[in-house]
Amino acid sequence: MERFLRVTGPVAAMPGANIDTDVIMPKAYLKGIDRSGLSIGLFHDLRFDEAGTARGDFILNRPDMAGTRFLLVGPNFGCGSSREHAVWGMLQYGIRGIIGSSYGAIFADNAANNGLLLLSLPVEEVAALAAVLEDGAGQMAIDLEAQRIEVNGHAADFDIDPAVRRALMLGLDRIGETMTHAESIRAFEKAYLARKPWLIAGQE
Amino acid sequence: MSSPKTLYDKIVDEHRILSFDESSEAGERLLLYIDRTVLNEYTSPQAFSGLRAAGRTPWRPAASLGVVDHVNSTNPDPGAGALDDGARRQIEYLSENGRDFGIEIFDLFDPRQGIEHVVMPELGMVLPGMVIAAGDSHSTTYGAFGVVGFGIGTSDIEHLLATQTLVYRRLKTMRVAVDGRLAPGVTAKDLIMEVIRRIGADGAAGHAVEFAGTAIEALGVEARMTICNMAVECGARVALMAPDDKVIDYIAGCPRAPSAELLAQARTEWSSLRSDSGARFDKEIALDAGEVPPMVSWGTSPDQSLAITQSVPDPEDIPAARRADAVRALAYMGLAPNTPLQDIAIDRAFIGSCTNARLSDLRDAAEILKGRKVAPGVRAMISPGSSNVRRAAEAEGIDRIFIDAGFEWRRSGCSLCLAMNDDSLAPGERCASSTNRNFEGRQGIGGRTHLMSPAMVAAAAVTGKLVDVRSLAAAGAL
Repeated sequence: MERFLRVTGPVAAMPGANIDTDVIMPKAYLKGIDRSGLSIGLFHDLRFDEAGTARGDFILNRPDMAGTRFLLVGPNFGCGSSREHAVWGMLQYGIRGIIGSSYGAIFADNAANNGLLLLSLPVEEVAALAAVLEDGAGQMAIDLEAQRIEVNGHAADFDIDPAVRRALMLGLDRIGETMTHAESIRAFEKAYLARKPWLIAGQE
Repeated sequence: MSSPKTLYDKIVDEHRILSFDESSEAGERLLLYIDRTVLNEYTSPQAFSGLRAAGRTPWRPAASLGVVDHVNSTNPDPGAGALDDGARRQIEYLSENGRDFGIEIFDLFDPRQGIEHVVMPELGMVLPGMVIAAGDSHSTTYGAFGVVGFGIGTSDIEHLLATQTLVYRRLKTMRVAVDGRLAPGVTAKDLIMEVIRRIGADGAAGHAVEFAGTAIEALGVEARMTICNMAVECGARVALMAPDDKVIDYIAGCPRAPSAELLAQARTEWSSLRSDSGARFDKEIALDAGEVPPMVSWGTSPDQSLAITQSVPDPEDIPAARRADAVRALAYMGLAPNTPLQDIAIDRAFIGSCTNARLSDLRDAAEILKGRKVAPGVRAMISPGSSNVRRAAEAEGIDRIFIDAGFEWRRSGCSLCLAMNDDSLAPGERCASSTNRNFEGRQGIGGRTHLMSPAMVAAAAVTGKLVDVRSLAAAGAL
């Protein structure tokens, strides 16, 4: 995954609450067996009408929003379905970071696993950032090392889960890391299954 | 004597291989052993491709089961259902992965095929005290068995397959105490919809929610699954209930249950699977089951719901922070403020999904449909939760009740719950649905979903509009 150190670019506001992963990546884009081709699916039914024409009133379709890197979102963003396609689509579209007050839990894990930065800020701080946007848009810079966010000249520090920060900054191979504990897993499993024979009776 | 523990913490402790940061304020980060997973055809492919690319193999193949449920057609004629190229490729790839990696797969026409969260419990593969993580958000269903069940994305499926573990952040805990008794005509679905309405779509975010109290104890195991299943709609990452004799009896009757001897041994341990008295929860709420009415959703988020006897809300009465969302939801739903909910006409009725398509749900709906007909102009469908449920219902003659009423008796799958298959709403169509999500476009682009219990769907189907099921039931029938 691409490492996240310092990223700058346009930010677009999508302030609604409970924007779910069905809306972020509609079902028509879930029929693949690989991770590709999802940029077009991102917010598809908000971006395009039934004839496939771009909806001019949707923020990401505005000319000034070309190359959007960040979304400023409402509470509980990414709730609902576990589909990781929502995160893959964000990254393929070019979104690198999302700033909001809370997220669907599975979406947040998926983001961390793919290098998409999610910032969870107090509701008032999200409102303060929204207030310095002009017509829902602005120029943003996020420095993950310094844990600092700037938008339209307004700057603030932020907190982030240190484990997530480290993984984003290093672009870790998560399975490889866990496999360094393979001996511990094996030893745990042996003792655990011996203690609870009903768990595997007749199955292996 | 150690301090009192919650059921959630007991199960997590029992599965902790090692801790990365025991004292973290955000919750301990640990390596968690996972007992079992179930894989579906649409969230697992990239996980298997990842394994293949890295030259890895599953750690314990017998801990996984694969089931086709999301993309398949539920057309009653197995040859007639439409299957697009993507769906066909996903189904084929699941089988290929099963073959290559030694994982059992219930393919499209397997007699045990069904919705993953219906199939796992009915086989007896969900046992108290387990941790089950799976690539579907409704994996919270397993909480009805005293199981820490939760949904994960595809990267974590790959991690789980390769290592039988997940890197896990311990959750905060919340208890929802429900005492009293549900009134006639009111179901577990109404209860969980009322909880979601009260606390909001993110009211349990970051929490493992334990449901407790006399009203929960009085419910059957299938009704408990409905509650745990839908708890994810208020943000719960995990839903839990202490397992009791009903749970153990349910398991004992399943085809893959442990032997009687092993069950006896397990029973001793399972009796300790409850929160200790005095255990501290980070959040607690209580409600009286007797006050819960039949519920129906009016908006595009599961917390936008009300008692069926009420009217569509006026955004003017909604707190400012939520007003814009309500206005948008009403526009999408094509509803005017202050319309009585019982005046809303429907085009479609659907009974199905991992929330409400088990045998007891079908019986509830059939009770209403007996001797009645689906209203003119309404298309009504039922998709039993599994092929096994479908056969069991046919053995009871329930299929005849549905068919005689004018319902399509379809095969099993996720079907119209998320319309990733050939079952979907046309733009503007309005559906009374026993499913779990009323999101924009969930049942088809422009489709309008009203969530409710299976009995309420049956009542809506025969009257052609949203209706209070209690007004249809013969005295004493509920």
